[in-house]
Amino acid sequence: MKGTPQHVIIAGGGVAGIEAAGTLADLGYRVTLVEKGDEPGGHILQWHALFPDRRPAGEVKSYLRKRIEHRNINIITRTTVEKIRHHGGGVAVNLSGGTEEKADAVIVATGFELFDARRKEEYGYGIYDNVITSAELEEMFNRNRIVKADGTVPSRIGLIHCVGSRDEKVNNNHCSKVCCVTAVKQAIEIRKMLPSCEVFCFYMDMRMYGPYYEELYREAQEFHNVNFIRGKVSEASVNINNRLVIKVEDTLAGRPLRMELDIMVLMVGMEMAGSGMKLAEASGMKRGINRFLETTDHHYGNNLSSIKGVFYAGTCTAPMNITDTISHARAAVAETVRYLNGK
Amino acid sequence: MNSDLFVIPFNLGLYFILIYSVVRSTIWFRNLSRPDKLRLQRGFFGKPFMDSLKEIFMESLLHRKIFRKNPVLGYMHMSLAFGWFLLIVFGTIEADFFGEKHLNPPSHAIFFRWFNPDHGTEGLAKLYGFWMDLILAFILSGLLLAMVKRFIPGMMGMKKTTKHTWTDRIALISLWLIFPSRLMAESFTCGAHGSGSFLTGTLGSALASFLPAAEIAPFFWWLYSLSLGTFFFLLPVSRYFHIPVELLLIFMRNSGITTGDRHSSYTEVQTHACSSCGVCISVCQMSYAAGINDIQSAYLVKGLRNDRDIAAITANCLMCGRCEEVCPVGIELGPMRLIERRQGEREDRRLRFTERYELTRRRSTIEKEPTQSYGYLTREEPEHAEVLFFAGCMTHLTPSVIVAMKKIMESAGVRYRFMDEKGGVCCGRPLMLAGRDKEARELINHNSDIIWKSGARILVTSCPICYKVFRESYYLEAQVMHHSEFINLLIEEGSLRLGYLHRRVVYHDPCELGRGSGIYDEPRAVISYVAELQSAVQEGSMSLCCGGSLGNLTLSSGKRAVIAADAARTLTIASPDELITACPLCKKTFAQATETKVSDIAELVAAALPKQVASRSKKRPARHPAKASGNG
Repeated sequence: MKGTPQHVIIAGGGVAGIEAAGTLADLGYRVTLVEKGDEPGGHILQWHALFPDRRPAGEVKSYLRKRIEHRNINIITRTTVEKIRHHGGGVAVNLSGGTEEKADAVIVATGFELFDARRKEEYGYGIYDNVITSAELEEMFNRNRIVKADGTVPSRIGLIHCVGSRDEKVNNNHCSKVCCVTAVKQAIEIRKMLPSCEVFCFYMDMRMYGPYYEELYREAQEFHNVNFIRGKVSEASVNINNRLVIKVEDTLAGRPLRMELDIMVLMVGMEMAGSGMKLAEASGMKRGINRFLETTDHHYGNNLSSIKGVFYAGTCTAPMNITDTISHARAAVAETVRYLNGK
Repeated sequence: MNSDLFVIPFNLGLYFILIYSVVRSTIWFRNLSRPDKLRLQRGFFGKPFMDSLKEIFMESLLHRKIFRKNPVLGYMHMSLAFGWFLLIVFGTIEADFFGEKHLNPPSHAIFFRWFNPDHGTEGLAKLYGFWMDLILAFILSGLLLAMVKRFIPGMMGMKKTTKHTWTDRIALISLWLIFPSRLMAESFTCGAHGSGSFLTGTLGSALASFLPAAEIAPFFWWLYSLSLGTFFFLLPVSRYFHIPVELLLIFMRNSGITTGDRHSSYTEVQTHACSSCGVCISVCQMSYAAGINDIQSAYLVKGLRNDRDIAAITANCLMCGRCEEVCPVGIELGPMRLIERRQGEREDRRLRFTERYELTRRRSTIEKEPTQSYGYLTREEPEHAEVLFFAGCMTHLTPSVIVAMKKIMESAGVRYRFMDEKGGVCCGRPLMLAGRDKEARELINHNSDIIWKSGARILVTSCPICYKVFRESYYLEAQVMHHSEFINLLIEEGSLRLGYLHRRVVYHDPCELGRGSGIYDEPRAVISYVAELQSAVQEGSMSLCCGGSLGNLTLSSGKRAVIAADAARTLTIASPDELITACPLCKKTFAQATETKVSDIAELVAAALPKQVASRSKKRPARHPAKASGNG
């Protein structure tokens, strides 16, 4: 490459944004990575271990950290990209705080948000003490301490799949893909940490789509005594002993079931991030009925936006696991480079 | 004198419709249930009769209700109905007073000018002629508006009008021809004879100046008579049958007859009293928010009238009751739809033309056979309780409401039993809304047994759906209260101490609580006690449906979401801090549809409770809230 390197702005410093930034920098491009939080990293920063092999999340976190230690990458934190527009032959972005940045291309990697479990009020999140989300359970793993709100050790934990996913009533018809295998992973971790604690997973289908996921599911049943019950929990309440009581239909046995739990974990799904939606709104980027960004083709244009010089990477287009997010980010770089070379 | 054979079509039509109406009314009366017959007989000799006459004058002639809603539309209806009425009354007087002899046949009054072409050139008769022309002009102005409305509905503030059948169309054309042909007939006759007032006289002399008026006049007299005769003959099979039937409906309603739960003469009368005006379509959220335009009450009634299979129409309705609220004829549209939901299979047959004149329909309610039984429910022995709290299935999906109610009742020192704490049995209302009354009755009996055995004097429920069925379909000694009423009672008798929340809130009337049960004031009293209550754009009896209604058996989630978003937008137009409702289903539905915080009235009140509620309530002696209510 001759002359001054071309400049790419990346909106979002999660897994996809970091991988795209690192790859572009390796190829000699100048990159500005805009992250809304205090530091780049994204949701993985809260995670303790990753499926399917339960490797420590720290290994991937340190890979990502090294990925952006590069002289071609300029990182701006506590900032969001508010609008993308055409400027001359390239693009200009408006950043929160009123500044403007010009570039030759933009990669949108605004990612996902976890479903707000309060929207499924029947599960009692925010109302009952011992109803937590899968993300909060992961923080408990980080602290190496799984306890009820009153500090006592639980003897039965239930994991509720598909909270905010595949649910017409909350306007989310999509499957978030990663929650099933996350539940299996977390169930095993609970059983290893608290061998006397019973664990129940309440699922609609077990969607073990990735390599070694099915094996993990089998392991959970064969070696860790995790109980899987096919049925969607209808409601939760607390009894006089302050234990949670759930109502669920065991659809394999064909009978209604009432069960007491000490902790109920809601496997919250993925939704398009609010900041990404605002950016899409302001910049005229199309979104699908699932509210994620719509690419020009599901099969061969899955990083392309309908706007010239704007590319998509990662979970702003659909729920994905880390493996797929990294691949998708590299593909976005390939598309970006092809576009920049043609300029 | 010309031949007056032209009166024959009119005479035939008139005597046909008179005889037909008398026979059909008699059959309707004969088919009424015994109690309803007695009601009607008693009503005929009492106050209801006078009330009915007044109502007929105000509504069927002047169309006061439509007038209030839309003055132009009101004027249109009034000029046609009241104008025609005046024309008949004063025409009869004219024929009686100025005619050759007294007690003329009706045709002599209707075609007065034909029989008296030189009449009204001077004195009182001239003045009278002026008056008759004025009435005709009044009607013609309404007719002009009717034509405009048919072709450009938006001009009359109507978004939608119903579609016409071919008999409706012929009847409409004949109706439209009546008055212009009268105008032309009278004008030509007046023109030929130099008589007539400002309308017929002026037009007549103008026409006579270049046309052979005397030769043309009979053509229009024939047209006038033919259009009247055609209209009368088609009346029983067209939408205009509503005109005479509505009179009967008014008498029946004022005598205290109600729809009940099966088809009867009264549902027949209501079916034929519908004018297909389309007001029910305009207010229907399914129409203006979700774009569904073929299921509204006008189409339900039309389907009933024509014996069509309307199962799909019947099931696809939120049962919010807004259409019934605005129906100018006062048809009980909700109960009518429920009767149809109880109906089993019905063959879809297109009635032959002659069949539509049949005096009785073989429509009967063949109730669906129960598909399941609740025999597995076990009888419970409940503990005795002064106050019984029944949260209801829907409230179990909004646990924050239950938590709030517990706090409130503990704070007020209410001794209560939580009837369905460990999961109860459905109140039965959803089954009733689905037309499954027999199954619902099993659940009602089960719950009634528990409530009776508990000895409770007050039954409090957090769900308006349960509330309505407890009040209407259970036989209970306990006083049924929605929690908004109960909280209001606790506040009034001073057992609930509350702070003031500095929040601006808007209140949404749930369908089953407001229109369904008439509870509008208590929730507002409670809210105003703890926060600043803003008024909503559509509230009270015209409150919107949240879209989540259990009443609709087929509507998709997507369409429901559209209706919910539209209703939430209307409610939060003044950007309140919080949207308050009193129904768990409304709460859940709106929570997905708006950025504004959505809470139940119980949650709002619980937020206004003083801190450290638990310790306070223990010190206080228990109270019996029923004492203050008087009728508990």
